[in-house]
Amino acid sequence: MTMMHKFFGAAAALALTAGAAAAEPALIYDLGGKFDKSFNEAAHTGAQKWAEETGETYREIELQSEAQREQALRRFAEAGANPIVMAGFAFGSALDEVADDYPDTKFAIIDMVTDKPNVRSVVFNEHEGSYLVGMLAAMKSESGTVGFVGGMDIPLIRKFACGYVQGAKAANPDATVIQNMTGTTPAAWGDPVKGAELTKAQISQGADVVYHAAGGTGVGVLQAAADEGILGIGVDSNQNYMHPGKVLTSMLKRVDNAVYEAFSAGTDLETGIQVMGIANGGIGYAIDENNEALITAEMKAAVDEAAAKIASGELVVHDYMADSTCPVE
Amino acid sequence: MDKMPRWADVFLIPLISLLLAAGLSALVILAIGENPWAAVKMMVSGALGSTYGWGYTLYYTTNFIFTGLAVAVAYHARLFNIGGEGQAMLGGLGVALACLYLPLPHWLLALPVAAIGAALFGAAWALIPAYLQAKRGSHIVITTIMFNFIAAGLLNYLLVNLLRPVGSMDPATDKFPEGTHLPTLHDLLAPIGIEFSKAAPANVTFVVALLACLAVWLLLWRTRLGYEIRAFGHSEPAAVYAGINPVKITMIAMLISGGLAGLMAVNNVMGEAERLVLNAVEGAGFIGIAVALMGRNHPFGVLIAALLFGFLYQGGAELALWTSIPRELIVVIQALVILFTGALDHMVRMPLERIFLSLRKGA
Repeated sequence: MTMMHKFFGAAAALALTAGAAAAEPALIYDLGGKFDKSFNEAAHTGAQKWAEETGETYREIELQSEAQREQALRRFAEAGANPIVMAGFAFGSALDEVADDYPDTKFAIIDMVTDKPNVRSVVFNEHEGSYLVGMLAAMKSESGTVGFVGGMDIPLIRKFACGYVQGAKAANPDATVIQNMTGTTPAAWGDPVKGAELTKAQISQGADVVYHAAGGTGVGVLQAAADEGILGIGVDSNQNYMHPGKVLTSMLKRVDNAVYEAFSAGTDLETGIQVMGIANGGIGYAIDENNEALITAEMKAAVDEAAAKIASGELVVHDYMADSTCPVE
Repeated sequence: MDKMPRWADVFLIPLISLLLAAGLSALVILAIGENPWAAVKMMVSGALGSTYGWGYTLYYTTNFIFTGLAVAVAYHARLFNIGGEGQAMLGGLGVALACLYLPLPHWLLALPVAAIGAALFGAAWALIPAYLQAKRGSHIVITTIMFNFIAAGLLNYLLVNLLRPVGSMDPATDKFPEGTHLPTLHDLLAPIGIEFSKAAPANVTFVVALLACLAVWLLLWRTRLGYEIRAFGHSEPAAVYAGINPVKITMIAMLISGGLAGLMAVNNVMGEAERLVLNAVEGAGFIGIAVALMGRNHPFGVLIAALLFGFLYQGGAELALWTSIPRELIVVIQALVILFTGALDHMVRMPLERIFLSLRKGA
């Protein structure tokens, strides 16, 4: 590090901490942006909750380019932000490079495992939650055909799809699952029009429940499902409220809790791998006043039983990431 | 006779356009309740006030030089190559394959080999649109932009299904081996006693980019081929009459253009990320169009314009880090510069020409 560099970091730190004496935590959003109604927004919600409860402030940045990943990490670390939370697996390799240079700073990365002494890696068992909503979808479906609309075709989304198919087949071995990915570029996360088109195409093939794991594209999926009189399933955040009575349930991935916990722990953040699954409430499905009429007691009992079995380890949902294959189609 | 002196065309018009864009940006920043003067200071000190800032600025500059040159070369043959994005993407694939599968023990060997891989793959991606234009008359603008999407799809398929290490969440290749890591400006300048920031990604590719500027200048203005390209660009019938083969020139100009765009991958894939990620190019191919427009399709103009855009990128990053100016607004500022220097060129040119004409009459 050069003198200039040091001076710069120090000056920035001074400017930042003028108001707050303690180390501020920082949150870095992925390229999708803060208000994506999904993953990044969940992280933002967690941070806001922490800020409102404690009255403290935090730093945040929405990235614009890949090269900024390492840059943002270093600048925040040099400015004394602690802990620094990253929303997204894509920070993995940048964090790998940076973590050792700032041994006194605690980092938390979501959706990725980074093996460093000062890093907490938060990973979610999305396949478990997708399994549960897959069961619900197959039980609710009258046609025996359910749909899945993914965002960008990347391993993480295949993990969602694979869990969903397993759940649907578990509830109804004859169920047909139609799968579509929206696209192959990051634009696939924000294309509600195409999401609606894919949903309509799936409906024409007989699907009457459609699950999305597609970020902003999912808004179109849920809209099309509601318009066409079938049921949608939300993802990440509770999206039941978007079309009351038309969204069967939402697969909950509590990114907000992960951020909230990391911020609350502050500089005492425990490092290591933290797996958020059904067992510890990091993953689940949503029932509220918007969808309780849709889910019968029988369905709920079956899903809760499966959830309990997954939590106890009796039932293992295959994880696509483990071997890049899915046992069922 | 020219309507105005050359210095006015080359320097005054871009400068006035820039000032207009800056003025409008200041109003926008003011409107959201931030201090524009503080924002400017933060951008300048963040991008140019330290070797760290320079390191990032020059890193972006290197990307934009290559894509800017790519557009400029094609433009001299009156071909509008907007496929720089896809060509650079494929260039990344060439770099990745070379770095991962060829035994390259040292960067001195790895750099030329990867550069050849990048240029070949980039040129190959320009080959089909070039052929369709030359032989079938399919408009190059349409075909090159469609090839951007095909490139994204192809790369996605390869990264997700073939090149991704098993069990990895990220659709990206493995890290390149140690021997292929390019020295950063820190490594290059340390032996001669200059302290340069270690964290910044600018690397030896910047030197390659400068050489590329020189090579393109030599090609266009000092070789027979360059003369043919320019003649073809000025008037196809005249070029044909002079015995220049339009098919050949179209193909060659596009291959050089694609190769230059592909070379960008040496900087971002090999120099910075040291692995191939899905959106490695991130719009640099499109920025190249603005860079070429602003640089008047001259290699040295491209260099200056690329530096400006590098400054805007790095300065914008600093704004995003330390202020509450949202990133969308930073894109607005960058877009205003493109708008004024590229699209609204005539808005400044017309009145200036009139002024110069009246000055001349008066004299």
